Amino acid sequence: MLKYTIKRVLLAILTLWVIITMTFALMHSIPGDPFSDEKRISPEIMANLEAKYGLDKPLWEQYVIYMGNLLRGDFGTSFKYANRTVNSLIAKGFPVSFTLGMVACVIGIATGIVFGIISGCNRGRLPDYLVIILSILCVSVPAFVFASLFQYSFGAKLQWFPVAGWGGAVYMVLPCLALGLRLIAYIARMMRTSMLDVLGQDYIKTARAKGLTNGQVIWRHAVRNAITPIITISGTMMAGTLVGSFVIENIFNIPGMGKYLVNAVKESDYTVILGMTAFYAVVLVVITFLVDVLYVVVDRRVKLD
Amino acid sequence: MDLKAEQFVPVGKRLDSANRITRPTTTYLKDAWRRLRQNKIAMAAIFLLIVVLIFSLAAPEFSAYTFSGQDTFMVNKGPNAAHWFGTDSLGRDLFVRCWVGARVSLFIAFVAAMVNLVIGVIYGGVSGYFGGRVDLIMMRIVEILYSVPDLLWVILLMVVMGPGLHTIIIAISITGWGSMARVVRGQVLQLKQSEYVMAARTLGAQGRRIILKHLIPNAMGPIIIELTFSIPNAIFTEATLSYLGLGVPVPLASWGTLANEGSRMLLLMPYQLFFPALLISMTMLGFNLLGDGLRDALDPKLRR
Repeated sequence: MLKYTIKRVLLAILTLWVIITMTFALMHSIPGDPFSDEKRISPEIMANLEAKYGLDKPLWEQYVIYMGNLLRGDFGTSFKYANRTVNSLIAKGFPVSFTLGMVACVIGIATGIVFGIISGCNRGRLPDYLVIILSILCVSVPAFVFASLFQYSFGAKLQWFPVAGWGGAVYMVLPCLALGLRLIAYIARMMRTSMLDVLGQDYIKTARAKGLTNGQVIWRHAVRNAITPIITISGTMMAGTLVGSFVIENIFNIPGMGKYLVNAVKESDYTVILGMTAFYAVVLVVITFLVDVLYVVVDRRVKLD
Repeated sequence: MDLKAEQFVPVGKRLDSANRITRPTTTYLKDAWRRLRQNKIAMAAIFLLIVVLIFSLAAPEFSAYTFSGQDTFMVNKGPNAAHWFGTDSLGRDLFVRCWVGARVSLFIAFVAAMVNLVIGVIYGGVSGYFGGRVDLIMMRIVEILYSVPDLLWVILLMVVMGPGLHTIIIAISITGWGSMARVVRGQVLQLKQSEYVMAARTLGAQGRRIILKHLIPNAMGPIIIELTFSIPNAIFTEATLSYLGLGVPVPLASWGTLANEGSRMLLLMPYQLFFPALLISMTMLGFNLLGDGLRDALDPKLRR
């Protein structure tokens, strides 16, 4: 177990290094410099600006400085706004994005699992068809369509929930729903397949033969075995949901990381883009790592190599 | 019941009739197509996709309007006899814009899916065929790249390359091949143990030939399924990107940009979002249902 964990930690560090280096290379391959669109900067001011942001140094030195700053937890400063650091944006935006993403994930995965169980246990009957139809519809409709639809119907017309903004739990209902529906659909389909697979196994027959009730067979034997594939992909799903919330945050005007990142992209604020991507990479790699370790803890059959 | 002895004359062994193949030979794909045809939902999906394709090709050609032509007297008009999907805030006909958008979205999706196919098949094939350390390193690379979701990479690439139709295609193409590579690799790992590969190798065939002539054709089923799902994924990525305002530049339209423009008017003119959203959803639904049907038709485990 320890050896496995150490191996995963090393791999996670390698992953982070590769991703951050690639992002750095990408951002620095953009032609021109960040100040080239600003009008009439005298060469002296230009030199000062470049010196301030370290742009006068050779690229490898900038890279070393950048990596050193990252290690100290400094994700950089904005080129466009003098006193704005990426860390301040993260401090403001990340708690919001994380709350939104995690609530959507927990609700989505839990509901998906329940739907999958119901569907798998009733193969070929009405509940099964309902879940299948629902999941295909939810996978086919993009999240932003759901978001706009909810905003229009539940927000503007019925006025059950606020149309946009961020505050108490009421504000979270519609964005979480828009983010979570796709997740529910994926997880439900996966859980259904997994349940059908497990229910066909011999040990289920044995369990039934020794006289366990249907509920006992399903909860103790089927679900526990069927749930492992869900744990494997839940890391990817969480990562996808966190990134997927870019759009949702923009639609509902939620002051999360996604909104800042998209704004930075629109304003070509490269350091902010770079810093935020690096931060996202850290978060996503940590989530994947935790899920991988959790998977081994839950499923003892996994070979530790 | 009276039976006579002469009714029981042996017919005799006829080699030619015993050896004759009574049914025409069928190939894997023909067989799969036969099963797919029996699947009503999949056929409905194909029909839906063909309708979308025909409309996207024909509707802009036969319409009285162009996708960028403005009629300033007809601004923000709801669906009516002259403008079936209504007009937008600049007085452009939304029916034509939606189908031109369909062209753009579908074009991006098809090209990206094809590039994904080529890269994924080659990468996965090489990785699976050579196995061992090559496989380990190649798959680690994929794992590392995909620990960050595609959408983030695509956004970064769009920042670097600047917005435009070509850059979207390139960005989606070079970020989306990972799952195809994984599928192909899994198949190749399995298939390379089979006897015909050993036979080919014994006859002196080289790696390239074995991969292209033996392994890839036999992995065709899962590849086709993966391809069918990669098209709606590309549509989805493009729509999301355009919706964020990083998509195709104006006045060109894609479903994503149309939805984006429509969503600004959502509370007053919901139809402007409704039609592009409906088209995106229908097309995605069509591809998803077709993919499910193909999975049932091509999966050898389900063959009877």
